[in-house]
Amino acid sequence: MLLDGKRLLITGVLDPRSIAFSAARTAQEQGAEVVLTGFGRGRRLTERAAARLPHPPDVIELDVTEPDDVAAAVAEIGERWGGLDGLLHAIGFAPASCLGGGFLDAPWEDVATALQVSTYSYAALGSAFADLLADGGAVVGLDFDAAVAWPGYDWMGVAKAGLESANRYLARDLGPRGIRVNLVAAGPLHTIAARSIDGFTQFDDVWNERAPLGWDLRDPEPVARTICALLSDWMPAVTGEIVHADGGVHAVGAGVPADVATGTAADATGTDADAG
Amino acid sequence: MSQDLLATFTELLSEEFGVPTEDVTPEATFEALGLDSLDVVELTLVLEEKTGVKLEDEELEDVRTVQDAIDKVQEKQA
Repeated sequence: MLLDGKRLLITGVLDPRSIAFSAARTAQEQGAEVVLTGFGRGRRLTERAAARLPHPPDVIELDVTEPDDVAAAVAEIGERWGGLDGLLHAIGFAPASCLGGGFLDAPWEDVATALQVSTYSYAALGSAFADLLADGGAVVGLDFDAAVAWPGYDWMGVAKAGLESANRYLARDLGPRGIRVNLVAAGPLHTIAARSIDGFTQFDDVWNERAPLGWDLRDPEPVARTICALLSDWMPAVTGEIVHADGGVHAVGAGVPADVATGTAADATGTDADAG
Repeated sequence: MSQDLLATFTELLSEEFGVPTEDVTPEATFEALGLDSLDVVELTLVLEEKTGVKLEDEELEDVRTVQDAIDKVQEKQA
């Protein structure tokens, strides 16, 4: 199995639709031992979701904005396993003012929260767990392509751009200790996190029109498998990378006209539908 | 059936979320009962465990009151 005996710490399981839930399930199916993290209000939800995994894992408390929590989680994993093979960072948050068209008006305090939780915590967790991950461990984070501006994504998009950069710097600094650091840029999925973003359904049209491979907005498993591949030993020379598990949307500039897609092309026009 | 479901919801809301049973009426909104959006998601998970009815996230968007939720469950059971 792909992840036989791997010890993985998986954050960001909020409910069974979470990308991280799918990653935890796939990892367990591939032989991994998993511990989840949850915190505060979402903790009960995480525990309910955990009970639905093939091997219900323990859930430890981890609020990434609390250095004491981070230190306690490191200590707990150290005691439990004495080392760690993989860490999935599936954490992002932005106050409502930062999303859904609030880009020009969001106050710094809210933007700061978005950046602290969604960007800084990636480096902070990677750094905190580095001793346990040393010599073969992998850090994987969840990204949404930040190369362009998206409707409604606003400061979360800026946070993801920061995450992409932090990924490179973390790869630089943890590489010498034998730790790989990579992001998976997922296509849009109908998760709780996505539902909180006004206008997120506009992304649906982009993916439905453009994805050369097609894209199922309700199936996180293709993303979960990509995460598991990066956590495995099969990408040993890959670090600082962003792997796009998005059906290929990042690679194309416009939709595939229906007549081309069906092989009946005569005159390809009108592919640039207004998503607004 | 609707009465049974109301009883199920009343039990569930009081046991899992500490809502006083007398507050659970068909007209009560989940918001008024003190449930936020995460609680509503949790409620659907518990509901699935108790009734076997799985509500999709899109179906949740227009669920505001206890009666809305009962209607959804009945639709699914039909």
